[in-house]
Amino acid sequence: MTLKKKEHLELYRQMVLIRRIEQRAAELYQEGLIGGFLHLYIGQEAVSTGIVSLRKPVDRVITAYRDHGVAINCGISAKEVMAELLGKATGISKGRGGSMHMADVSKNYWGGHAIVGAHLPLAAGMALGDQYNGNDGVTICMFGDGATNIGFFHEAVNLSKVWDLPVLWICENNQYGMGTTVKRASAVEQMRQKAEGYNIPNARCEDGMDILKVREAVEPALEHVRSGKGPFFLEIMTYRFEGHSMGDPERYREKDEVQTWEKTDPIGVYNRYLVKQEIATKANLDKVETDAEAEVVEAIEFAIESPEPALDTLHDYTYVEAA
Amino acid sequence: MPAITMRQAISDALWEEMERDEKVFIMGEEVGVWGGTYAVTKGFYDHFGEKRVRDAPIAEAVIVGAGIGAALVGLRPISELMTINFAFVAMDHIVNEAPKLHAMFGGQMKVPLVIRAVSGGGRQLGATHSQTPDAIFAHFPGLTVIAPGTPADAKGLLKSAIRSDNPVLFIENALLYQARGEVPEGEHLVPIGESKVQREGSDVTLVSYSSMLQTSLKAAEQLEKEGISVEVVDLRCLRPLDMGPVVESFKKTNRAVIAEEGWGSYGVGSEVATRLYEEAFDYVDAPIKRVNQQEVPLPYNRALEHSALPQLADVVAAVKEVL
Ligand SMILES: Cc1ncc(C[n+]2csc(CCOP(=O)(O)OP(=O)(O)O)c2C)c(N)n1
Ligand SMILES: [Mg+2]
Repeated sequence: MTLKKKEHLELYRQMVLIRRIEQRAAELYQEGLIGGFLHLYIGQEAVSTGIVSLRKPVDRVITAYRDHGVAINCGISAKEVMAELLGKATGISKGRGGSMHMADVSKNYWGGHAIVGAHLPLAAGMALGDQYNGNDGVTICMFGDGATNIGFFHEAVNLSKVWDLPVLWICENNQYGMGTTVKRASAVEQMRQKAEGYNIPNARCEDGMDILKVREAVEPALEHVRSGKGPFFLEIMTYRFEGHSMGDPERYREKDEVQTWEKTDPIGVYNRYLVKQEIATKANLDKVETDAEAEVVEAIEFAIESPEPALDTLHDYTYVEAA
Repeated sequence: MPAITMRQAISDALWEEMERDEKVFIMGEEVGVWGGTYAVTKGFYDHFGEKRVRDAPIAEAVIVGAGIGAALVGLRPISELMTINFAFVAMDHIVNEAPKLHAMFGGQMKVPLVIRAVSGGGRQLGATHSQTPDAIFAHFPGLTVIAPGTPADAKGLLKSAIRSDNPVLFIENALLYQARGEVPEGEHLVPIGESKVQREGSDVTLVSYSSMLQTSLKAAEQLEKEGISVEVVDLRCLRPLDMGPVVESFKKTNRAVIAEEGWGSYGVGSEVATRLYEEAFDYVDAPIKRVNQQEVPLPYNRALEHSALPQLADVVAAVKEVL
């Protein structure tokens, strides 16, 4: 599917916006305005932006705790993301979830889940729901390379094939689970090989730093599931530029390795492509960047000025209130 | 006696036991190259090597399950769970395998396994990462559950746990890692299953363990200035539970408060209060009070989380109420 200039600029905008949010979030964390765990998506922006750009509103999206970028791609505003990071009542999860738990069900975005692999069975269940009800949607489930080693993964992936569930499994292989390389944690080098074991059609996108390659890989995969052929498994190679979460001493990798990968910064790659192909001018892209910067500044102001959840609401949402 | 942190005390216990017995080894997520998520095993990988400090995939069921297997054939494994919240993934092995095998096969098998796990909230990690589910594990006969509140006890009890022929769940508390206390030099062992009076007093018996022990000691200090003499009893082990010092203290004070970080319903406090009513009913001068966490999934927002967790003021107020 070839994109129009406007569409390219929109994807570029999302990637830049995610980058700025993450950079400012890191600062706010240092200042103590954000607490808990904070996992940044810097370096991986092309992956989720590419994936979500191809989904239809009926398609569900669910991911792990590295979820701010996915939230933006699914249409949650920078304000609601920032407010959630600051634990405010105006946050997308009303300040109760924090960085790892952002969802907007009205946008068919089912969150942010913090127990590694635990959302894969949920994805299978949502796909079952759609199959059961005769809905058209595909459930797109994203997870890390590390998550493929936990039992949840194997149970969910197996079931999806046995029941031919409309789910697209997407492994974001950033080559580390915390400080453990794929090689030290997985018996097979390619995560897609695990899908082979369950007889699920699969593919590997070798360049997840290039959003157009991501889209090229996702499009047929989504089509496969949408056409009723059951689950598909797509592995996308990528890299995270920052630590696993804030305060990671990064003893497990060399600076050189990070610097080498930074040369393929997904935003730089896309920027150069758009200019070279004369799809956009440098001025166009600069404007996108200044706008994103301004949007994030505004989002931070909004978050800071937003009220804290009232203390007397502590027990709210523990149970669904009787109608 | 030197004052050291809880982190150091636990680290020293592991180090000394690994030096003493080469059958002792550690496996878990990020215990090696990373140096332990909470830096407890920093330096171990370089000193003991990868055979004895084993980085495992994110697969808690097999981290505990393989620990059981290795223990069955004569090793003394220490299976580390990054936090106790991930113990649920390994629940069958913790409660349905490890504590059952010795009994079920008529004493033929033994499981000298230590499972280390970090419990507790207060760090804005959200509902899935902030729990204090200690009581759940104490429900199962055959399992030993230890939860120390001072560096000296942490060191002495962990060393005893490693030498025990029974499966032990050793619960640490993240906010206690920085707590300092004196630890006897040289070989220091604390027997499993003995509660201890950590501070003498005559008006009220204050029972607690782990993080709430430290809070209770502070409460006792504060109350002393108001002329109220509090005796603080530390359970140290939840199973086997030693009621001896608790009952003895209660017979003197006739009033008791039990403070624990976890939820109250079906909790440690419920158990201790019931035992007091059963074993010392004639000495009861006031209804026994419990101090606990509010019964909600813990929210991310700092103020909400704080209001949900038991604080020093809550303990002080409860003591005054039973007077
Ligand atoms: C069941 C469980 N075990 C351990 C953890 C701690 N933990 C959080 S993220 C993580 C690494 C996950 O790696 P991967 O799946 O590759 O995702 P990435 O962080 O690289 O995006 C670990 C071990 C957890 N959250 N849940
Ligand atoms: Mg990874």
